[in-house]
Amino acid sequence: MVSLESYLIVSAVMFITGVVGVITCRNAIIVFMSIELMLNSVNLSLIAFSAFLGDATGQVFVFFIMTVAAAEAAVGLAIIIALYRRKQTVHLDEINILKW
Amino acid sequence: MYQIVFYVLAGVAIISGILVITRRNPVMSALYLILNFFCLAGLYLTLHAQFIAIIQILVYAGAIMVLFVFVIMLLNLKDERKLMEGFSWKKVLAGGLAFGVLMELIYIIMMQNEVKSIDLNKATEVGTVESVGIALFTKFLFPFEITSLLLIVAIVGAVVLAKKKLE
Repeated sequence: MVSLESYLIVSAVMFITGVVGVITCRNAIIVFMSIELMLNSVNLSLIAFSAFLGDATGQVFVFFIMTVAAAEAAVGLAIIIALYRRKQTVHLDEINILKW
Repeated sequence: MYQIVFYVLAGVAIISGILVITRRNPVMSALYLILNFFCLAGLYLTLHAQFIAIIQILVYAGAIMVLFVFVIMLLNLKDERKLMEGFSWKKVLAGGLAFGVLMELIYIIMMQNEVKSIDLNKATEVGTVESVGIALFTKFLFPFEITSLLLIVAIVGAVVLAKKKLE
């Protein structure tokens, strides 16, 4: 039987991968995928706790997180499409209208 | 047996996660992300969460990633070379800081007290559609209904944002 710590470490590594992707990548779509990666790593730790504690609440939370992720993906990608139509790019350094 | 399955799935999940953020081509990133989601579904199965594993494949790998690939196709990124950039000190700093946070997380995870693990038969009962559904429709009925509101808002928002002209 694999211990709870192993699952949590896998989750932590995946979360940090997502953080590094958000910080370093300059392509808006890859930044978006990194956010999905972070959401999924949190899901993994919730499922691990749920299974090891014998409580279904964690899995219900994962269900809600997936709903939020789906809504976020739909709206975010619509924003990216609107942005591309306006600026003809998804490079984050060139989208600096709110920066002074 | 469990351990071999776990280590293979965890290794592939982590490696594909790293490949997602290092590929230059967004299509390759999306494909590696799909691989990552399948590995996560396998990890959920090793934790006896059958319902969530199926939902993971249906919703994430099936619906959300199709949306991603579709948008990548729609955008027709011509100047991918401009999007790539080489070595920079900002990246090194970000990687170093992230590595520090990772070490802290692992330290916290390892120093915690032992969580009493239950026997696998009970975990099998927890992950079924029946047990998740009972929790969802009794204790969490109100959040479940709010979820439908969230989805309708997301649909309306996506349609409005992606329309040609706002008027």
